[in-house]
Amino acid sequence: MYISTRLQLCIATVYSAPGTRPNPGGIPGKPDRRPGRHAPARHRKYGCPRPGHPAGWQGRSDAHREAAFLLYARIAGYGFRRHSTYRAAAVAGAFTNTVFGILRAYVLIALWQARPGLAGYDLADAVTFCFLSQAFIGPMQVFGGGLELSERVRSGDVALDLVRPASLQMWSLADDLGRAAYLLLLRSLPPTAVGAALFGLVAPAGPAACLSFAAGLVLGVVVSFALRYLVALSACWMVDDRGVQSLSLVTTLFFSGMVLPLNLFPGWLGTLAEALPWSAMVQVPADLYLGKRDALEALGFQLAWAVALLALGALATGAARRKVVIQGG
Amino acid sequence: MRTYLLLAWTWLRASAQYPGPLIMMMLGSFAVNALDVAAILVIFEHTGSLGGFGLAEVMFLYGTSGLSFALADMLFGNVDRLSQHIRSGSFDTMLIRPASAFTQMAVDRFSVHRFGRTAQAAVVLALALPQLGLAWSRVWMIPLMVLCGIVIFASVFTLGGAMQFLLTNAPEVANAFTYGGSTLTQYPLSVYGSELVKGVTFVVPLAFVNWQPALFVLDREDPFGLPYWLRFASPPAAVALAAVAALAWRAGIRRYRSTGS
Repeated sequence: MYISTRLQLCIATVYSAPGTRPNPGGIPGKPDRRPGRHAPARHRKYGCPRPGHPAGWQGRSDAHREAAFLLYARIAGYGFRRHSTYRAAAVAGAFTNTVFGILRAYVLIALWQARPGLAGYDLADAVTFCFLSQAFIGPMQVFGGGLELSERVRSGDVALDLVRPASLQMWSLADDLGRAAYLLLLRSLPPTAVGAALFGLVAPAGPAACLSFAAGLVLGVVVSFALRYLVALSACWMVDDRGVQSLSLVTTLFFSGMVLPLNLFPGWLGTLAEALPWSAMVQVPADLYLGKRDALEALGFQLAWAVALLALGALATGAARRKVVIQGG
Repeated sequence: MRTYLLLAWTWLRASAQYPGPLIMMMLGSFAVNALDVAAILVIFEHTGSLGGFGLAEVMFLYGTSGLSFALADMLFGNVDRLSQHIRSGSFDTMLIRPASAFTQMAVDRFSVHRFGRTAQAAVVLALALPQLGLAWSRVWMIPLMVLCGIVIFASVFTLGGAMQFLLTNAPEVANAFTYGGSTLTQYPLSVYGSELVKGVTFVVPLAFVNWQPALFVLDREDPFGLPYWLRFASPPAAVALAAVAALAWRAGIRRYRSTGS
């Protein structure tokens, strides 16, 4: 990846921010922090901060937090730009998503014509749901992947990622948000526009619905990232992670609402599907758009899963850090 | 043919080196496709007929389309990875080997997980057939339609591959026709708009994978009022599409230029 001087400065700022680094030389004007709670975790062997471990951002100064924010904002920007080089692929993806949207819409129309008002949706809601779910495929990366991490674990490049003075998970998240923003423009808008032109879609209920939909979309991408991050990290334990990927694909497709709206699922299957994290990716944002559920409750549900999965990801990263053996080369 | 079998066996042995992921992939492939069936079952939880067809009839359509698609995908599906090979330069290697480039492409990374899909479609078809109570005078069409379906889907895969000689950076376009065609034919075409159905009857002959012959097997009226003889037109449609696909592939190879990498 192309790293500009400003980014390097950015990293340097994070790295040299007070508290992340011991100050053995005692640079004038920058008194060394007292050892203790604020001291960075030192590597037992080398007596230096454990590589790639900024010892958490908690309890750091505002300047530090600002630097971290700038760094991640910049990574997100680069994610956006990196993905924008694959414009033809994104347009082709949008075309495919649109074709599938049309095919699936006809099936749902046939169902809702037979059973008007099924599951609290009318015909227009059902068709809108269909095109929204197609629009989510790009940004939410419903079919998995999107992260280079598992490939980098296999190639050993992850060594470089681990010595970076930033959290691996947050770095990947920032990059993924940039990717999602780009794909939202190229792969989500065209299918929705075509769907609206062909079938006439429902517009969001009002400004409040628009806002909660936007928030739900971002949280949905975060949940999707957290799940994919865990899948990608499994490559540290399994050399070939394609098996995990394909099982993850099954659960994602079925429990997100991609195959059919979850409120069509009968009985306990429906209850289970609504409670699992995958519903935060398609069903919840689509319901927020259609104004079919309480916005605060829905966003709280997404947030809870996002926090829980990111925490799990942080734990897994810690475990992977101890597990990974980098082969020199 | 011998080259194909030899290479397929080699790839199978290669993939058997990691049995764990292999089994997971096979189960995954079985399960991903079982999701389509789950979707159909959920739909029929809520309604007795879809587009005028009952559950067993839709399962029959799904099973025939699924079996044709799975076998075509297993034998030729990898042709749609052409753009990757062009970009990485490995297509050049295939061209200089003493075997047909098409065979090498088709068999590339042949893996057991592709059996998962075939097995799943076969199970669905086996479950649907006894429920239909078909007359023997109509059953003979079923193997023929599956065979024609394989030829049609294989031709669509080949066309998708040939398209990638032009659209090297946008291989996903092919998915709209291959996987899109498979999705389209899983349901009775009567759920779709009549323009779309005319398009897949007379332009891209996907209606001949299972819809037209199934109207004969199930002895149903054509909801779109198309002529009766179309029900027997699958073999010529498959042959015609295969010829077009072969021409397109040759044209693609002729204008192929290496990326030089």
